[in-house]
Amino acid sequence: MSDSTPRPGAGGDLLERDDIPRQVATRLTLQDRIFVNGVRSVGLLVLVIVSSIGIFLGIQAGPTLSHYGWSYFTEYRWLPSQDIVGIAAVVLGTIQVAVIALLFAFPLALLSALFITDWAPGWMRPTLIRLTDLMAAVPGIVFGLWVLVFVQPHATHVAHWLSKTFGWIPLLHVRTDTDYPIWSQAPGYPSYAGSAAMAAIAVAMMIFPMATSVMREVFSEAPVGEKEAAIALGATRWAMVRTVVLPFGKSGVVGGTMLALGRALGETISVVLIISQTFELKPYVLEAGTSTISALIASGFKEASPSQLSALLTAGFVLFCMTLVVNTGAAMVVARARGNEVTEL
Amino acid sequence: MTTLVEPPVRESDAEQPRLPGRRRAVPVVPEGAEVLRRPRSRTRDDVLTSVAAAIGSLAAVWLLYTKLLPFDGKIGFVVCWYLAFVLFYAGLSALTQPRHVVVDRVVTTAVIGGPALVGAALLSTVVVIVAKGMPALVHPNFYLDDMAGVRPSSDFDTGGIAHAIVGTVIEVGIAVAIAMPLGLLTAIYMSEVGGRGARLVRAVVEAMTALPSIVAGLFIYTVFIVKLGVPSSGFAAALALAVMALPIMARASDVVLRVVPGGLREASYALGATKWQTVWKVVLPTARPGLATALILGVARAVGETSPVLLTSGASTFMNSDPFHNPMNSLPLFVYASVVSGNPNAEVRAYAAATVLLVVVLSLFVLARFVVKPRVVKTRVVTERKDR
Repeated sequence: MSDSTPRPGAGGDLLERDDIPRQVATRLTLQDRIFVNGVRSVGLLVLVIVSSIGIFLGIQAGPTLSHYGWSYFTEYRWLPSQDIVGIAAVVLGTIQVAVIALLFAFPLALLSALFITDWAPGWMRPTLIRLTDLMAAVPGIVFGLWVLVFVQPHATHVAHWLSKTFGWIPLLHVRTDTDYPIWSQAPGYPSYAGSAAMAAIAVAMMIFPMATSVMREVFSEAPVGEKEAAIALGATRWAMVRTVVLPFGKSGVVGGTMLALGRALGETISVVLIISQTFELKPYVLEAGTSTISALIASGFKEASPSQLSALLTAGFVLFCMTLVVNTGAAMVVARARGNEVTEL
Repeated sequence: MTTLVEPPVRESDAEQPRLPGRRRAVPVVPEGAEVLRRPRSRTRDDVLTSVAAAIGSLAAVWLLYTKLLPFDGKIGFVVCWYLAFVLFYAGLSALTQPRHVVVDRVVTTAVIGGPALVGAALLSTVVVIVAKGMPALVHPNFYLDDMAGVRPSSDFDTGGIAHAIVGTVIEVGIAVAIAMPLGLLTAIYMSEVGGRGARLVRAVVEAMTALPSIVAGLFIYTVFIVKLGVPSSGFAAALALAVMALPIMARASDVVLRVVPGGLREASYALGATKWQTVWKVVLPTARPGLATALILGVARAVGETSPVLLTSGASTFMNSDPFHNPMNSLPLFVYASVVSGNPNAEVRAYAAATVLLVVVLSLFVLARFVVKPRVVKTRVVTERKDR
């Protein structure tokens, strides 16, 4: 990199023919050179640190994939003692938990963002924004505890009712006798606690603030003139939102949702607290027992031998790739929505 | 809320469909002396309709749900009440209002109901956690003692979480000491120096914000504890937290720095300032509140992360203020370990520790606001842009 960058506006094209263009070369002062190079070297150091993690994970995947081959992706059991290891079930579980969490969080986030930008009175708005930020900082384990003691005892009733009434839908089916009340399920049969849907409640609370704040930011940039024009033409508030705010904020809604999805995929501790871990390929999200990649890592790292550790790292790498794809897509969508600024945290 | 204008009773009202709109100002022809009309966005009709719908639906659902139909359960009751309310409200509105006003009112119930549901959930989270932890929270030894020699089942007048608090402070302190300067300098490089290298760094840093915290923990666990044979320690946990927080902090600071108006930089250069002077005297002071908020929120997130710590620090029951030797405990880890132990008393301690954790996060948050406050007038441009 050259240290001499011409200052803007110093070009010679405006000068008259007789004038000799003055060579403008700014030499950075010593102080500046120290500053620029110092900052640059820190930046490159961080680049090295950060990319080495990704590269390390990628390299770790090599031996695992050559050992297990494609069966690593198609095998659903995780039995390291018998050398049967595969991530099909945990990948499915990860996606199930994240998608259900999104089903809970998306409508709530959309409604809350609209409430903050267009319904709430002005004095309430900063408080609500602050509250959303605060909620983003609440540790995941707290929401895990909350679901465990407070939500799950009630939510199992709802799950029971759903599976009893809509059990013919494969997603809501539970492989047990739904005519028994919850407390007397036959032993050995799955019950309703510790399911993917329960874990998703906690994850939804984790990702809600992020989705809300991205959507809110985009909504609040909707052109005021057009909003007022809609009102002046006699639109109700909802008509104004539907015709001005939502079309304007469409990409923010998509981007915020995807960012939230990326966060939901990696959420660990609240999921570990809630689920009862099983490795099964099944669509029944209300049924006890599921697993996610992060829960697998959290529960399996301690007893892992070096080769199993690299299998776990490969699972982690797969998870990282999933979140990376989702986040990059989200960043692109959000960036298109509002120029240069991208979301923080 | 919608929105009918207080109908000025006059003959034109009869043939004309009522104009909906959230605006107060339908031109009223003044008769004689102008009387100041107090515009309201909500009329008595609006209020009465919603109140009537609420009462009517409650009564109807109570009758049907608890007396006639074979249902029970509180959740079902609330859900049915909400649905009935929407139905009643729409029906009542439809008696007097045109269709689009009815739609607006139905949507409004959802737009108010959604955030209210989340607010209730958040409130119940705090209440449940604090209430469950209360038996342990009232004992001063809970904050002053460690759990050395205390069984999980023993009473609350022995043992405490001082070791976890100290551990959290040390681990997060080291992590922040590593991640914050590196993150801030990287952000300055990305937004103030620029160039091709900066673009590369920005791309990689943004990609690494996707790194799940558990994978960051597993990375440190594999490299330090398994490969290099360093035993579990607070320092390893701090490294894991730093690895997790570094991209987040760098990116958050970068976003804040990029919001600083370019005109300020150009003015500074035009006055002959060097790059360093511009960054130090113009850019950083302007971005100070935003940077403080971003970084403190990053710290708050690091405080609450359990999974990297779970993999790397081990869990001691005793006070350990040396991050390099012996396992160390921390608040999230203590909560997790106590809950999974299944002992009732340990669970109460877990809730109490979770309360402490919440208080720590909350006070960091208040601190962030406090740091922002005093200078907010000087940097109005930035804060307004950010808050909008």
